[in-house]
Amino acid sequence: MSNGVATPAVHLATAPPRTRHKQGLFRRALKSRRTVIGLVLSGLVLGVAFLGPLVTPHSPTVFVAAPFSPAGIGGPFGTDNLGRDVLSRFLAGGQTLMILALLGTVIGVGLGAVVGVVAAYRRGWLDEVLMRTGDVALAFPQIVLALLFLSIIGPQLWLLVLMVGVGHMPRVARVVRGAAMSVVERDFVKAAESVGIPRWKIVIGEIVPNISSTLAVEFGLRLTYSIGLVAGLSFLGLGMQPPAADWGLMINENRIALTVSPWSVVLPVLAIAVLTVGTNLVTDGLAKAAIGSDEGVTA
Amino acid sequence: MKVQRGGMSRLFLRRSLFGLFTLWVVSLVVFLATQALPGDAAQAILGREATPERLAALRAQLHLGGSLPEQYLNWLGHLLSLNLGTSLAGGMPVSDAVAPMLLNSTVLMVCAAVIAIPLAIGIGTWSALKKDTVIDNVTGIATLVLASLPEFVVGVLLVLLLSTGLFHLFPAVFVQMPGAQVWNNPAQLVLPVLTLVVAVSPYIIRIMRATMLEVLDSQYVQQARLKGLPERTVILRHAIPNAIGPVAQVIALQLAWLIGGVVLVEYLFRFPGVGFELIDAVTNRDMPVVQALAIIIALFYVVVNLLADVVTLVANPKVRTAS
Amino acid sequence: MSSPTPTLVVDNLKIVGVPSMAAIVEELSLEVRPGEILGVVGESGSGKTTLGLALLNYCKDGTRMGGGSVSVAGQELAGLNWRQVRRLRGQTVAYIPQSPASALNPALRIGTQLGECLAGEPATVLARVREVLREVALDDDDAFLARYPHQLSGGQQQRVAIAMAFTARPALIVMDEPTTGLDVSTQEHVLATVRQMCQNYDCAAVYISHDMAVVAELADRIAVMYSGRIVEIGATAEVLANSRHPYTGRLLLAVPDLDAKRPMIGIPGHAPSPLARPRGCAFAPRCPLADEGCTTTAPEATEVGPRHTVRCFKADVPLPAVPARKAPARVARDAAERPVVQISGLKAGYSSFTVLEDINLDVYAGDCVALLGESGSGKTTLSRCIAGLHHNFSGGLTLDGEQLAANSFKRTKEQRRRVQYIFQNPYESLNPRRTVEDLILQPVTAVRGKVRNGRDIVATALERASLRPDHATRYPDQLSGGERQRVAIARALATEPEVLICDEITSALDVSVQSSLVDLLRTLQAEMGLTLLFITHNIALVRNIASQVAVLERGRIVEFGEVEGVFANPRHDYTRSLMAATPNFQLAGGLHEVGATGTDGPQGDGPQGTGGLLPLRSL
Repeated sequence: MSNGVATPAVHLATAPPRTRHKQGLFRRALKSRRTVIGLVLSGLVLGVAFLGPLVTPHSPTVFVAAPFSPAGIGGPFGTDNLGRDVLSRFLAGGQTLMILALLGTVIGVGLGAVVGVVAAYRRGWLDEVLMRTGDVALAFPQIVLALLFLSIIGPQLWLLVLMVGVGHMPRVARVVRGAAMSVVERDFVKAAESVGIPRWKIVIGEIVPNISSTLAVEFGLRLTYSIGLVAGLSFLGLGMQPPAADWGLMINENRIALTVSPWSVVLPVLAIAVLTVGTNLVTDGLAKAAIGSDEGVTA
Repeated sequence: MKVQRGGMSRLFLRRSLFGLFTLWVVSLVVFLATQALPGDAAQAILGREATPERLAALRAQLHLGGSLPEQYLNWLGHLLSLNLGTSLAGGMPVSDAVAPMLLNSTVLMVCAAVIAIPLAIGIGTWSALKKDTVIDNVTGIATLVLASLPEFVVGVLLVLLLSTGLFHLFPAVFVQMPGAQVWNNPAQLVLPVLTLVVAVSPYIIRIMRATMLEVLDSQYVQQARLKGLPERTVILRHAIPNAIGPVAQVIALQLAWLIGGVVLVEYLFRFPGVGFELIDAVTNRDMPVVQALAIIIALFYVVVNLLADVVTLVANPKVRTAS
Repeated sequence: MSSPTPTLVVDNLKIVGVPSMAAIVEELSLEVRPGEILGVVGESGSGKTTLGLALLNYCKDGTRMGGGSVSVAGQELAGLNWRQVRRLRGQTVAYIPQSPASALNPALRIGTQLGECLAGEPATVLARVREVLREVALDDDDAFLARYPHQLSGGQQQRVAIAMAFTARPALIVMDEPTTGLDVSTQEHVLATVRQMCQNYDCAAVYISHDMAVVAELADRIAVMYSGRIVEIGATAEVLANSRHPYTGRLLLAVPDLDAKRPMIGIPGHAPSPLARPRGCAFAPRCPLADEGCTTTAPEATEVGPRHTVRCFKADVPLPAVPARKAPARVARDAAERPVVQISGLKAGYSSFTVLEDINLDVYAGDCVALLGESGSGKTTLSRCIAGLHHNFSGGLTLDGEQLAANSFKRTKEQRRRVQYIFQNPYESLNPRRTVEDLILQPVTAVRGKVRNGRDIVATALERASLRPDHATRYPDQLSGGERQRVAIARALATEPEVLICDEITSALDVSVQSSLVDLLRTLQAEMGLTLLFITHNIALVRNIASQVAVLERGRIVEFGEVEGVFANPRHDYTRSLMAATPNFQLAGGLHEVGATGTDGPQGDGPQGTGGLLPLRSL
C-alpha cells in the first residue's frame, strides 16, 4: 500500500513535535560563547570609535611634538609623520570608517536582497537578466570597481559608500536568491497563491520571514567586508583625505616609520583587526544558530 | 565504454561565450566610466593645469572625437588589436608599461595559489576527518579569525611580526634592482606571497571542511563504510571526488577575489605589479592604463571561472555522460 | 524439537542518543534463523532504522551503544576490533539502504561499486559481479558495468543495491525500507527479487518497514516496534491473526484494506519523541486498555506462544471493540444535475513536453472522486490545474458551468473561495513563521477581505478538523505531522469551500494517523456536503474513501467509473496490473462481516461515535 511517492517526506515526519516554539535567531546565537566574545570585541572598538572623539587629549590635527616621536613624547603613543598626537588621531579616526561601512552594507544588502527575492520569485527572463547582470558585475573585484569610479569622479565619500554597496549587491543577490528559491518552492507559497493573496504580500509575509536568518548572516558577513574595504580604500588614499584623522589613512601615512614609531600603525591595525574579528564571530554565531543543532535522532 | 563528451563540450562552449559576453560588457562599462563622463574627460583629467593645447592633444589621444558609438568602436578596435594606447604619465605605450607588471603579478599570484590551494584542501579535509577534536576546533577558530581580517591588515601584522617587530627575517618592502626580475631575490617575495596565502586560504579551508563533512555524512559514504571498505578507500575513492566539484567553484571565486587583494598587498609592499600600477594610474588619472588594467583583471576573472567550470564538469559524471 | 542455530541474536540491546543519553532503542531482543525473513514494523521515531544499523555495528552520529549484545553468525559484535568489523560488514552482514539513489555514489561506475565489496583476483571478482547482476535480472555486460547511478531507473538502482548486498554471500541481510519511494509495480519486482535471493542464499534477513502490508506479504516473522522497544514479535500468521498487543491490534486495523470490506481506523494521538518517553508503557497514553499500572512501570516481554512474545500487562485482555464506520453513502443523482467541476479535453504540460492529454472528467456535488496513478502519471498536475496553480493548460475547466481561469490570480474571489487545495506534505504547506490562527485566517481574508469574527471562524475550523481550541496559538513546529495536516484541512475549510482537492494528503504521515485523517474527511464530506477530489497512488485508500475513481496512466485517464465497479471488474490492463502489484492486506477470520454492519460516526482523534462495535480478537 504505502509505497509513498515522496521518500523524504516519510522521514521528515520523524521530527518529533517540539513542545516549545523555537526561540529567535539572536537569542539562540547568544548561547554560543563565540557570539558573546564577538559582541564584546566589536562593542569595544565601536566604543572607541564613537566615544573616542569626545575624549581626545589634543586636537587630532595640531602639531604637538617632533614627527615620529617615540611613545611618551607628545602623547602616550608618540607622534605621527607630521608630529600630531597618535592617541588623539586614533581616538578620532574610527567614527567615519564605521559609518561609511555601515551605510555601504545597508545599501548593498538592502538592494541585493530585493534583487535576489524578486529574481527568485518572478523566475523567467527577469531572473535570467538580473542574475546574468550580476555575473558580469562579479568580473570586477570590489576594490577594482571602486578604484575605477573613484579615479574618475574623485575621492568623494558618497561615492565610496555607493561603490561599497554596489560591489556587495550582486554577491548578496546571489545568496539571497538561493535562499529565497528554496522558500518559493515550498508549498505554503503555493497555498497562498491558490487563494489569491497578492504577490507583494506573499513576498513580505511568506518569503522574507523565512529567509531572515540568511539576511542576518549576510549582513554580518558584508559588514565585515565593508569595514575592510573602506579601511583599505582609505589606506590607498581614496577615502578620507588628509589632514582628517582616519585609521586607514594613519596606516598609510606612518608605515614608513614602523621601526621608529610603530604605535601610529599598530593601534589602527589592531582596532580594525579586532573589529572585523568581532563582527565575523557574531556572524558565525548567527549562521550556526540559523542551522540549529538537533541531536541525531532517527527513526 | 566510450564516454560521450557532447554534453560537456556544449556546456563549455556556452560558458566560453558567456565569458566573451562578460568581457564585452566590461569593456562597455570601462569605456563609459572613463570616457563618457558628464563633461569633458580631458578637462576632468587635466584639471586646473589644462591649457587649450594640452586639452586638444589629450582629446586626440583618448579618441574623444566623433559621436559616442564612434568613439567606442574606435577604442574597441584598438583594444582588440592590443593597441592599448599611450600612457599619459610616462608617454610610453601602455602595453609596454603593463606587460612587465603583469608578469610580476602573475608570479606573485601563482606562487600564492600553488601554496594556498593544496594546503587549504589538505587542512580542510583533515579538519573534517578530525571533526570535533581539538585540532578541528583550533583550525576552526584560526580560520574564522584569519578570514575576518582585511588583507592589508594581514600584511601589516605580518610585517610587524616577521620584519620590523618581533623577528627581522624578511624585508618589509620590495626593492627592485634595475634589470633584475622579481624572482631573483626570493626573500623579498616571502611576505607578499605569505600575506596572500593567509588571506585566501581560510575560506577555502572552511568550505573544504564543510563540503567534506556533508559528503562524509551522505548515504553513499555510509553505504561504503557498511560495505566494509577500508577507511582510506572510503575517503579517497568515495568522498573526495564528490567534494572537489563544489570546492573548485569556491577556489575560483577566491582566486578572482585574490586579484582585489593583490592591489592592496602590492601597494603595501611596493611590489611592482598590476595592482601597484593601477593605484599609481588612478592617482595620476592615467586613463589609458586604468582602462587596460580593468580589462585585464576582468579577463583574468573570466579565465579562472572557466577553469573552475571545467573542473566541476569533469568531476560530475552526470554532466560528463550526458549526451 | 531441534531448531537451527540462529544467524542473528540480539540480546537486551540499548542504543542511546548523545549527549542526552535518552534511549532510542531499549531492552531489545530478537533472533533470526538462516533463510528466515524478519519484518520489523514501526512508525516514524520507533527506532527501527537505528536498530538496523546496529546490526552492522554502526551507530549514526549522535547515537551510541548503551548496553546489550548483538551477535551475527556466532560473532559477538561488541568484541570486534575495527579490522574485524570491516570484514564483518559486507562479508557477513550486508545492508540495503532505503534510498538507492542517495546510497550509490554518484561519481563511481556501477561496476566499481559492485566489485569493491569483494577481495581477490580481478577476473574472479568480475565474474561474480556479473553473476549476481544476472540473478537480480539486470544486464551483466560491460556497458552496464560502466554506467553511473544516474543513468539507471529507480527500480534498477534498487536492484543494484540488492546485488551489491548479495555479492559477498553474506549470512545476514539488513534492509531498511528498500521499496519506499518506488511505484507499486516496481515495488513488486523488488520484493520478488529480495524473496528469491534470500531463498537462493539461505540467508537470514531483517526487513525494516513502516508498511504492514508489505511486511505481511514478505516476512516469515514480524516484530512490531513502538517507541524503541519491540512490543510484539511472532510468526507472521500468528501476529496477524492473533495479535496480543493493543498497539499491534490497532495498527492492523489502521491499514487500509484493498477490498474495503474492513474499515480502516486510526489510532488517536501520536508516538512520544525519544526525549520525552513516558515512564511506564510507552503506548499507555494511546491505549484503550491502559490502567494506572501501565503508566508507572514498563511491562516485561512475556512469552504467549511458541516464539511469540508480547510486552504488555493486558496481553490476555481483548481490546474493546472499536466503533466501525458505515460504507460510503451512495448519493442518488438526478439525471438533469450538472457537474460542479467539469473538465473537458484538458491538455497540460511544461514548456516542451505534455504531461496530461485529453482529460475529461465530471465531478458532481457531494461525490468523492479519486485520481489514482503512479508517480509521473500527471495526477498532481491535474489537481494543480484545477486549483489554478499550474497555468500551462488548454481545454475546458468549469466550476458550475463558469470557465475557470488558468491562473488562480485571475479567478474571482468567489471561485477561489469555492475551490480549496490541501497539499501532500504538511511540513511544507504551513509557513513555520505563522501561528495556527494566522494560518487559518489567511485564506479567509484573501477571499473575503477583513473579517470581524475571525476568532469564531478559527474556532469553528479547528473544531471541524478535530483540533483543540488552544492549538490556535501554536506554531507549526509545535505540532505533530497529523496535527499539522489537520491544520491544513482546517485552513481549507475556513473559507466554507464546496470543492476540496486533497493531493496525497496522507502519504507523508504514519499509517495510524493516515486512517484518522481519512475518517475525518469522510465525516466532513457527509456533514458539509463537500465535493472531494482525492489524489493518491494508493488503491486501498481509494477503496476506503472514494465513490468514483479515475485511473491515470502517463497523462491519460484510462479508466473511470464507480469504485466498486472498477475494482470488481477492471477493464483496462493498467488498472489490472496496478491491482495485481498491490499487496492485498487481509486480516484473518470474522472481522470482515462486522465492518459491513458498522454505523456512522467519526473515529480516531475525533469524538467517539456510538453504535456498531467491532470485536478485535476472538478469544
